[in-house]
Amino acid sequence: MHTKTITALAQGLRDREFSSVELTQHFLARIHQYSELNAYITITEEAALSAAAHADTLLATGNAPTLAGIPIGQKDIFCTLGVKTSCGSKMLDNFIAPYNATVVEKLNQTGAVMLGKLNMDEFAMGSSNENSYYGAAKNPWDIARVSGGSSGGSAVAVAAGLAAAATGTDTGGSIRQPAAFCGITGLKPTYGRVSRFGMIAYASSLDQGGPMTHNAEDAAILLQAMAGFDDKDSTSVNHPIPDYQATLNDSLKGLKIGLPKEFFGEGLSANIATDLHNATQEFQRLGAELIEISMPTLTLAIPAYYVIASAECSSNLSRFDGVRFGYRCENPVDLADLYTRSRGEAFGKEVKRRILMGTYALSAGYYDAYYLKAQKIRRLISEDFKKALAQVDIIMSPVTPTNAFGIGEKTADPVQMYLEDLYTIAINLAGLPAMSIPAGLSAEQEGAPMLPVGLQLIGNYFAEAQLLNVAHQYQQVTDWHQRKPADFQ
Amino acid sequence: MLLTTEDVKKIAYLARLGIDEHDLDSYTKDLSGILDLMAQMKAQNTDGIMPMAHPLDQIQRLRTDAVTETNQRDGFQIIAPHVEEGLYLVPKVIE
Repeated sequence: MHTKTITALAQGLRDREFSSVELTQHFLARIHQYSELNAYITITEEAALSAAAHADTLLATGNAPTLAGIPIGQKDIFCTLGVKTSCGSKMLDNFIAPYNATVVEKLNQTGAVMLGKLNMDEFAMGSSNENSYYGAAKNPWDIARVSGGSSGGSAVAVAAGLAAAATGTDTGGSIRQPAAFCGITGLKPTYGRVSRFGMIAYASSLDQGGPMTHNAEDAAILLQAMAGFDDKDSTSVNHPIPDYQATLNDSLKGLKIGLPKEFFGEGLSANIATDLHNATQEFQRLGAELIEISMPTLTLAIPAYYVIASAECSSNLSRFDGVRFGYRCENPVDLADLYTRSRGEAFGKEVKRRILMGTYALSAGYYDAYYLKAQKIRRLISEDFKKALAQVDIIMSPVTPTNAFGIGEKTADPVQMYLEDLYTIAINLAGLPAMSIPAGLSAEQEGAPMLPVGLQLIGNYFAEAQLLNVAHQYQQVTDWHQRKPADFQ
Repeated sequence: MLLTTEDVKKIAYLARLGIDEHDLDSYTKDLSGILDLMAQMKAQNTDGIMPMAHPLDQIQRLRTDAVTETNQRDGFQIIAPHVEEGLYLVPKVIE
């Protein structure tokens, strides 16, 4: 049951092949069995079983909402009423959310059963899940390797069959990169498409929630439930929501695919280049046309991103002061000591680095050289995408420069870790939607394990339906998305 | 190195962020490395370019000035580290 898609599970529930309680028990048993993967921070067993029982009664009436009885996991960045919402941090280890995030509320309304809260890098800052206060989630394809981050727990849960689907969030690649490393499908929607209300903020002008699933069809179903305008999020965009499943079967004949030469050159592992070449050939067979494009400012995305994200993070995380919620240090001598020590004792190293970087970039005398400069480069990058997307329908690129790397391999040098996000970051700066889909299984060198390779699809603003269509057509003629890690069958 | 440990202490003070004395050197090294990376931006001419703050260049939405939220003080204070009679307690600020 744990390898089935949402569509198959929904059918099974409606055909009474199994009940939601049975399905939920099955997933809960697997979560306990494979606890070494460290995918979950909190397991909400009792609440899950009671939600499943409720779904079963709805299903019996024949009038149940779309996701009724489907067990999913929520990234621990989404506030869940009455349930610990840690954001992967010691700062919020004692935080029981007093309300639901809009995404949680919406998924509850469609009848989805929440199994628990998924592991992540602290405050979503990281590319390997190693920055979690609760330890790294492990890659089910090789548990000595990272799951990717920051939505590592979400990717592991779906890949290893510990949830039928999961939510993630993506600020610089945090849905797509772990999806690529773990061999699943992940979609980062257009900025403003999914409400950020109750989604703990890291970099508010870049953060966006999205689905992490077995395939594109499931991503369409989950996005349908998550997307929409929200009064409670001041950056939410009021734009019509199409039926994401309705266009999945459209033909790709005549589709123009742009391949930015800057993304296929130096720095890309040979095995990934080969797998992606094969994938693009497959699209050609489906009737698409491949066009080489150039986007010269893409190389500036990493420095611009780390200035903007750090600046926004230093501002957002100033709310954690030990006064109203979260961690408070023992015996503060005065108010300054309370702030300084609570924050010093409860934030991890990477979060501290980014707060310091952001504070520096925003401080008097440096604002123009860093923050304003980065925002101007952001404009140039966005213009580059606009030009490219006037010429082609969709852009394809790698998601990651290498296969999933070893746990501990890149923790010594933060800059090395930042360079991991080379192919994903520019998309967040532009605010465009993008997907990662499995497009190969290969080893970096002889003797190394066979690991999943992701292909990135980048679309125009609000073109999620087109991305899903393109991904779905590819998944009709390939089976990379159906491959599962051997040790967690 | 672009930064000194004194610089890092100053930034940490601005951020009200406690940094252990023995970690100062590693933060100084890491932040200098990150600043090196950020310096790549200098090579790009950005004269006359409008800074971009929002991906869709949206402006802040306004709403009517009406009460929409109910008071949930009790619920919010249950999770506070230290409250008394509905007030958040912090160390004495004024003698």
